Amino acid sequence: MVNPNTNLNVEAEQVPVAEEAPVKLEINDLTIKYGQHTALKGVNLEIREHEVFGIIGPANAGKTSFLKSINRMDTFDSNMSVEGQIKFNGLDVQNLNNIYALRSRIGVVFPLPVGLPLTIYENVALSPRLRGINSKSELDIIVERCLTRAALWDEVKDRLNSLGSLLSGGQQQRLTIARALSQDPDLLMLDEFSIAVDPVTTMRIEDVLKELKKDMTIILVTNLVQQARRLADRTAFFLENECVEVGNTEDLFTGEVKDQRTRDYVEGKFG
Amino acid sequence: MPEASSTKLASTADFDRRDLDWYIDKVVQLIVFFAGISAIIFIIGIFIFITMEGLGFLFEDFTFKEFFLSPFWEPSDEDAPEYGILALIAGTASVTGLAMIVAIPFSLGAAIYIGEFATGKVRETLKVLVELLAAIPSVVWGFIGLSIMNPLIIDLFDVPVGLNVLNAGIILGLMAAPIMTSIAEDALKAVPDRYREAAEALGATRWQVIFKTVLPAAKNGLLGAVLLGVGRGFGETMAVLMATGHAVNIPGSLFDPVRALTATIAAELGETAVGSPHYQALFTIGIFLFIITFLINLTADLIVRGIRKG
Repeated sequence: MVNPNTNLNVEAEQVPVAEEAPVKLEINDLTIKYGQHTALKGVNLEIREHEVFGIIGPANAGKTSFLKSINRMDTFDSNMSVEGQIKFNGLDVQNLNNIYALRSRIGVVFPLPVGLPLTIYENVALSPRLRGINSKSELDIIVERCLTRAALWDEVKDRLNSLGSLLSGGQQQRLTIARALSQDPDLLMLDEFSIAVDPVTTMRIEDVLKELKKDMTIILVTNLVQQARRLADRTAFFLENECVEVGNTEDLFTGEVKDQRTRDYVEGKFG
Repeated sequence: MPEASSTKLASTADFDRRDLDWYIDKVVQLIVFFAGISAIIFIIGIFIFITMEGLGFLFEDFTFKEFFLSPFWEPSDEDAPEYGILALIAGTASVTGLAMIVAIPFSLGAAIYIGEFATGKVRETLKVLVELLAAIPSVVWGFIGLSIMNPLIIDLFDVPVGLNVLNAGIILGLMAAPIMTSIAEDALKAVPDRYREAAEALGATRWQVIFKTVLPAAKNGLLGAVLLGVGRGFGETMAVLMATGHAVNIPGSLFDPVRALTATIAAELGETAVGSPHYQALFTIGIFLFIITFLINLTADLIVRGIRKG
């Protein structure tokens, strides 16, 4: 269904995801509540391996809650309850014996950067250390590779031992991307990553994401519809706590939509 | 709205006129300023007072060698009084040292449990109880040392006297632990939750999150808690007076009775003639305690600043 020739922006990089690509994430009838308030209801969708799956929609549509349910961040909030089924690589994430292992394979980039109160080097080396890599030379390679991929290496290579929290907002965001990459993740979830990043850097990171999809599956939550158009193979439109529709990104942007609300949102009539 | 504008809006003519609000602001600033610098005035005042009282001794009977290196504190010997505080320093240091060995794991453990693991009612109850513990008067702790720990130590370890370093160290440790717990817990709470979430999102377990992220982020506050405990140990008087055995002695083991600097002042000051060498020697101990406390605080401050610059 995905025809690379119709994708005007990124023909060269876009690798079409075959319809028959294995399913990475299967969501069945997902409902998320905070106490009495329903944040998301009745979501059914599949995310395939090596695709960039975009999620667009206005604020409070349930996009972030959706991400939180996948890597089981609902455990932070006793008020948050998740119903339905989320299968990651065929395993039901709500019935895992070791959610830490699950999280270690899912990289997350939050909307506002969270530089851990460690040095730049240790921010990126933390995850490899957690999985038992202690050799300095090995860590050096990982740190350099991840920072380079996150388009930050040139700016920080001379001060790797200063605190990550002293970097500017945009640099911290790239640091968190480098940290997510240091997990060598199977799935990378980006939640409106470009909010605190300048446009030039955003474009550099977008180029990196196009490279990364060869190695991993990416879920890209964004409030910039054009960003979804540039990057996503398929896109879901969330509105008012529902998943309105899921389709090939080009279809959504060329008007081949099932729901009028999607057309209106994509065309900028609201949101 | 003409009334409103005529009463509230400042006209150009008002720009140069000082009104009541302006004077109230100045007065409040002055009051707060004096409240603020009163701490400095009191500190300097106290230092001048104890220095004046101890000055005579410092110039006449004081020799550095005897005062700091002699283990004999015999101020009431009529022929040859000796004023050596080495044994008293050893007493205070050994008791404080043991107290920290007891209190640091206890209070950090309690703070981590209350701050990171306990939730809801358990957490609230524990916090209240810890604060209650911190409010127990030191004479009560001394009483516990005297009447409970003393026979217990005699029974358990088969020693003749239970008032010793072990007794006072444990009592002092338990005394210092609640306030240290409280401060350490505040330090942990000051670490933003987003750090915990970010670290957990990497796949870190709860313990890894605490050990690799929360504790490093809170280390300033935790160090402050420990140093506060050390300061408490140095300054505590009543409990150590009752639990140490109050014998001038350089301890060779945990079961030796000792005497603390503070307890010596408390026990002897009332029985000395004002202005006598003995009286002045006690004030010299006071000066020494003052300087030690000052150094502990200064060290803490420098370390904390150093970490901040990091």
